[in-house]
Amino acid sequence: MIRLSAITRVFRMGDQEVRALNSISIDIASGEYVSIMGPSGSGKSTLLNVIGLLDQPDSGRYELDGRDVTGLSETERARVRREKIGFVFQSFHLVPRLTAAENIALPLMLEGVAPTERKARVDAALDAFDLGDRARHRPAELSGGQRQRVAIARATILRPTALLADEPTGNLDHRIGAEVMELLEGLHHAGTTLIVVTHDRELGARAHRHIAMRDGEIVADEK
Amino acid sequence: MNLRDTLTLSLQTVVSYRTRSLLIVLAMALGVAAVVVLTALGDGARRYVVGQFSSLGTNLVFVLPGRAETSGGFPGAALGQTPRDLTLEDARFVGHLPQVRRLAPLNVGVAELTSGGRLREVTVLGSTAELLPIRHMKLSQGSFLAHGSERSAQIVLGSTLAREFFPDGEAVGRRIRLGDSRFLVSGVLAPQGEAMGFNSDEIALIPIDYAQELFNTQSLFRILIEARSRTDIEPARDAIRHLLKRRHDGEEDVTVITQDAILATFDRILRALTLGVAGIAAISLAVAGILVMNVMLVAVAQRTPEIGLLKALGAPAADIRRLFFAEALWLSLAGAAIGYALGNAGAWMIRLAYPQLPAWPPDWASVAGVATALLTGIVASLLPAARAARLDPVLALSGK
Ligand SMILES: Nc1ncnc2c1ncn2[C@@H]1O[C@H](COP(=O)(O)OP(=O)(O)OP(=O)(O)O)[C@@H](O)[C@H]1O
Ligand SMILES: [Mg+2]
Repeated sequence: MIRLSAITRVFRMGDQEVRALNSISIDIASGEYVSIMGPSGSGKSTLLNVIGLLDQPDSGRYELDGRDVTGLSETERARVRREKIGFVFQSFHLVPRLTAAENIALPLMLEGVAPTERKARVDAALDAFDLGDRARHRPAELSGGQRQRVAIARATILRPTALLADEPTGNLDHRIGAEVMELLEGLHHAGTTLIVVTHDRELGARAHRHIAMRDGEIVADEK
Repeated sequence: MNLRDTLTLSLQTVVSYRTRSLLIVLAMALGVAAVVVLTALGDGARRYVVGQFSSLGTNLVFVLPGRAETSGGFPGAALGQTPRDLTLEDARFVGHLPQVRRLAPLNVGVAELTSGGRLREVTVLGSTAELLPIRHMKLSQGSFLAHGSERSAQIVLGSTLAREFFPDGEAVGRRIRLGDSRFLVSGVLAPQGEAMGFNSDEIALIPIDYAQELFNTQSLFRILIEARSRTDIEPARDAIRHLLKRRHDGEEDVTVITQDAILATFDRILRALTLGVAGIAAISLAVAGILVMNVMLVAVAQRTPEIGLLKALGAPAADIRRLFFAEALWLSLAGAAIGYALGNAGAWMIRLAYPQLPAWPPDWASVAGVATALLTGIVASLLPAARAARLDPVLALSGK
């Protein structure tokens, strides 16, 4: 359960102010599948970052699973991110010197999961995302679709309640993009809240709830 | 993230940035190696000098004419007096002191040694038979002023001289001319080599009376005294000082020094020297530390998106700080280990090249070198690590 009340995020560049989020209020229930669309600069990424506790609003209140997370310390926010949030990025953000398996294992390491259990869970994830034969490959040796699958496996290895994807198909061709979306939708079917930012109308339309943004405000919210 | 994973992950990073890591490790290693090699040299020199000086004899006390004072000098000098001679008679009295086991008066000079058309300038020591045991010198042939022959014109030749003048090896019993007098070769010194810049293989030893006559002097150059035991050294020194002052009309115009005091001075000076070169070498470690800091700052800048990712995955600031910290630790650890090995290899090569020089790095220097390397590495990583931990996750992800 994500509940934003009057969230405002202002960026200051010199004496210019950009209201990236202008008093946004929104409720997203657990297990929802939401797409966020809107022109460039409308505040989609900022909204996603605030929801993922990567960014902090200048004002407003954010409740996550019934807990007020607005004023948490950096350490506490890191813990919430680790336990409840999974991020999927347009540019994958894999660590180049680590293998696919090691990239997927990163959240487990951060969480302090023992090596034997870690290995079992990574192996299971590799199989689930059809990466079994790519476990020891480094990102540079993987295709775009494979890289994003590794990233998604990593984002979901700790079974987060919400999966936040910022243009997850932006760097993939249409067919591979559709495959990645199917993968994400599969996770949604398994119960994860899925929030996808996209420029692609077709992909956006697949969500069950469509939020449209413009100039830091929500201009449409349709189920 | 637990310690093991932190160490593994940072090691992986260090290994994958091969060139960068090698450069840092090299800088660190050279610093540590410099500390090890330079202190090995310094301490080797100390041990060499101390060893050489110890080999001169045991429990020695030296008496020399004139007052060696740091302030004022010989008091009579201002009045135009020269210090009183240190005489054979003085030596005889010193010999009666209970703390003295034996003593040897000494005169030194240079004279021409001639025999069978051969001629050579040699250093001549004039002394008594006691000189040999006091100075730990041994005869390979013959004797010197053996009982009943104390007054005869005997000469003992250093081994090199004996070989030069009597290539047939039959030196003892032959006659040889020193200056204007003829001497009977009574013995040959066993080869001993050089000690304190003094080659006993190339000296000639004659009785003290003949030496004083040869050099036309009444004053002794030194009295070499061997105390009965270690504990008698200081009492002997004081007793000698007291005795000679009385014999010289209350004037303290001789210098009495113990071998221990000289040894201690050498030891102190050379230790200070070693410490000094260690300090200079340690500066190169500080330079390596600055290099580590610089490279780590560049690493933070290069890996900004990665740091953002770790934060997005839920890594707390402390984990990120520790990761960079561990990276610096690995680099300095490798540098210290390689440097230690290099330094010891260097010291070994010095020992091979100069077998007389016991160039072993002192333990404190090895420990200090390695510890300084680790410490500089750690200190140098503090700032970059803190900077990485402080990065804003959103900006970091976008590489800013
Ligand atoms: N760190 C920042 N500093 C200054 N301004 C920022 C910063 N981040 C975002 N902005 C501004 O906030 C506004 C919203 O940015 P945001 O990245 O959320 O847009 P977006 O909808 O994701 O755009 P895009 O579709 O191009 O990704 C923009 O005007 C942007 O310039
Ligand atoms: Mg965006």
